Amino acid sequence: MAAGGFALGGVLLFIGLAAGSLLAQSTGGNDAGPFLDAYIWRITRFTLLQAGLSTLFSVLLAIPVARALARQASFPGRIWMLRLLALPLGLPALVGALGLIEIWGRQGLLNRVLAAAGLEQPVSIYGLSGILIAHVFFNMPLAARLMLAGIERIPAEYWRTSANLGMSAFAIFRFIEWPVIRGLLPGIAGLVFMLCATSFTLVLTLGGGPAASTIEVAIYQALRFDFDPPRAIALAALQVALTGALLLVLKLIAPPPPEGETSGKSIRRSDGASSLSRLADRVWLVLAAGLVGLPFAAIAYAGSKADLFRLLSEPVFHRALAMSATISVLSAVISVAVTALMIRTESLALAQRRPGMTARFFAGAIGASTSFILLIPPVVLGAGWFLLLRPFGDVARFAPAVVVAINALMALPFVHRVLAPAMATHAVRTGRLAASLGIAGFQRLLWIDWPGLRKPLFVAFSFAMALSLGDLGAVALFGSQDMVTLPYLLYSRMGSYRTADAAGLALFLGLLCLVLTVLGTAGEEPEGKGA
Amino acid sequence: MSISLHGRTLAGFMIAAATVTGVSASAFAAEKTLTVYTYESFITEWGPGAKVSEAFEKVCDCKVDYVGVADGVELLTRLKLEGEGSKADVVLGLDTNLVAEAKATGFFVPHGVDTTSVDVPGGFTDDTFIPYDYGHFAVVYDTEMLKSPPKSLRDLVEGDPTQKIVIEDPRTSTPGLGLLLWVKSVYGDRAGEAWAKLKARVLTVTPGWSEAYGLFTKGEAPMVLSYTTSPAYHMVAEDTERYQAAPFTEGHYIQIEVAALTKNAKDPELARKFLDFMIGPEFQSIIPTTNWMMPVTATKEPLPEAFGKLVEPRKTFLIPSEEVAANRRAWIDEWLTAMSRN
Repeated sequence: MAAGGFALGGVLLFIGLAAGSLLAQSTGGNDAGPFLDAYIWRITRFTLLQAGLSTLFSVLLAIPVARALARQASFPGRIWMLRLLALPLGLPALVGALGLIEIWGRQGLLNRVLAAAGLEQPVSIYGLSGILIAHVFFNMPLAARLMLAGIERIPAEYWRTSANLGMSAFAIFRFIEWPVIRGLLPGIAGLVFMLCATSFTLVLTLGGGPAASTIEVAIYQALRFDFDPPRAIALAALQVALTGALLLVLKLIAPPPPEGETSGKSIRRSDGASSLSRLADRVWLVLAAGLVGLPFAAIAYAGSKADLFRLLSEPVFHRALAMSATISVLSAVISVAVTALMIRTESLALAQRRPGMTARFFAGAIGASTSFILLIPPVVLGAGWFLLLRPFGDVARFAPAVVVAINALMALPFVHRVLAPAMATHAVRTGRLAASLGIAGFQRLLWIDWPGLRKPLFVAFSFAMALSLGDLGAVALFGSQDMVTLPYLLYSRMGSYRTADAAGLALFLGLLCLVLTVLGTAGEEPEGKGA
Repeated sequence: MSISLHGRTLAGFMIAAATVTGVSASAFAAEKTLTVYTYESFITEWGPGAKVSEAFEKVCDCKVDYVGVADGVELLTRLKLEGEGSKADVVLGLDTNLVAEAKATGFFVPHGVDTTSVDVPGGFTDDTFIPYDYGHFAVVYDTEMLKSPPKSLRDLVEGDPTQKIVIEDPRTSTPGLGLLLWVKSVYGDRAGEAWAKLKARVLTVTPGWSEAYGLFTKGEAPMVLSYTTSPAYHMVAEDTERYQAAPFTEGHYIQIEVAALTKNAKDPELARKFLDFMIGPEFQSIIPTTNWMMPVTATKEPLPEAFGKLVEPRKTFLIPSEEVAANRRAWIDEWLTAMSRN
């Protein structure tokens, strides 16, 4: 209990200190005019509109994809499909945007196919449609993976019963799968919404003009040309308040997923075997594979034309690789450990027979803190910590630690979405048995928790690593000769005409993420057995 | 209690991270050190940084230490964040649009260097900020996609809306601000109308130069807002004349990059020596093919042939930096209104 409290306290303190120090930085003479002017209203409206639609499409598409993957538990390449779905997490937004352009752009694959078919083109995606495509590309796979994990936790007994009852595919969806998915929706939709609401590079690059601007753009603007930290904090607060209200509504209208005891037998689903459902699943899977895979193929192709050997033999590349690897391993370890502690505390607080106000508030605070971190731009956290550390000497010396901490924080919501439902299910299934057998402490960890939670832990760890691998965020602010990460190197090549080098680095970054997704599926049983 | 634990863990991360990466290898030499704050592309391995420090160290009996941040705007943010504690002796890489705001910080002191040899179009001089290179903004186009490029800003504004251009956002990037000021210089009070018309030709507005140029080289649009010097890179490094800058009859807006001495400078004499070196032939000869900008004084040898083929603007626009600082917000609002209209 105490450990979770410390973790929560640490997280809140880390954010609070950064915000406080920025607010204390009075710039004076910066007359920003009224805060809630027409401009802020407009971008707020647009932020909510694009994030709402992006979330809707991502989640709606994710449902059939997750269901197809759950029903077709053994087909060649299934595990690679799972890995592909984890890939966009580690992709810097600019690289993703350029990959998407190769498919959807004016000179992209789609327009070339249309041209070959003699149809009118070019179809231009710039505008809301481009933003939605990009957000679905980045977030549908994430939503599908999280839903799939939920469906796979459904006890084997359910499937045996459903087969005995001869339930139709629709009945299975309605009575077995949907209740589980519905219970996960607030968490998943909330996460996707936050990611889309705070999107910046994708929104501006593909949005077609300043009519497509998010609050994040204004925050960036406030910290850049205007250098008005209080305004940046106020905008971040606006972002937190709006999204917070939305998440609360989502949480209130959706009940938690049902938990069932299981003897832990392996799952055998009899649905999905009919030729019709096989065909339907195949269509969804091919669609998803194309949507996610084609931009990656384009990135790989562009990268293969770069002078890879020279690129990979450069000392600066080695330094960037070492730095990126160190940062992502450290931040993933911290993120997973902190989240696991917080989830355990949350459930302990609520497990009391009659949780008091304090306990419920405490549990709520933990849940909320893992969500809202995404709404606080890394650049705000970075700038705040810069100010805090200034009195202690050369800030560049602390940069790696701050970047690790920020990346660990940014991964919290993802890790939470992976671990929380899994740990809840695990607790229901093993809690009483372990207690009645008197297994506790390390023994429990080794014999009960590790086998039961190995899979989600691997997934969480790989998600967190991929995220910080692709993150540019705070590094840019602290930037010094000593601190070069792979995305930083990539942007720096891109910023000095070296597009081919950047493409090569993007390919390499993609490959690294692929290695991480292999790690993420390490908990999967061999193909053919399903979960 | 939670504070102390937090403190300890954070210290733990720091030690771990610092050990692994071996940070702070610099600044242990016995000799004098000159700390130069600049933007990141200046100190990359192909940038001018290494050559400059090597050349200067030969004559100064000192060591040059660079601190690099993302770009010129970030440079000013960094200085504001660091405040009095900044260890910068020289700041190199602000542009003229930022000069008024930089002066307002009270962080810079007059240089006292003889700058009579400096010659930049538009004739910018200042007692605190010294130009070290410049470039003109220009519409760069792909000759394989566009046979008849616009000949003037008016051409660009009123031309065929199916021929698109990618521009940068003035809220987040220096070239974006450059185009904003360019249109303002040419159209004045009617800039809003010009933007409303140009909007039809704008494919998209990117947060920075990299995204815009990336889209352009991928062939998404035949035109991009960049610099008159951009074609030099493609000619020198890639041996292709495919990408060219379009000369505009009204003239071009200039970006002048400047450096200055800080009031914190540990050894102002050394810093002044560096600024003097900066406008000398050695430094100036390094700039063109590493920073892809034009030198401000004579170079040791003539510029590479490719530079002779570049557009030489007949007229240079430069709005005084005080005016920019005073009006930037209003002009950006004007831009937003015009560009957001449907």
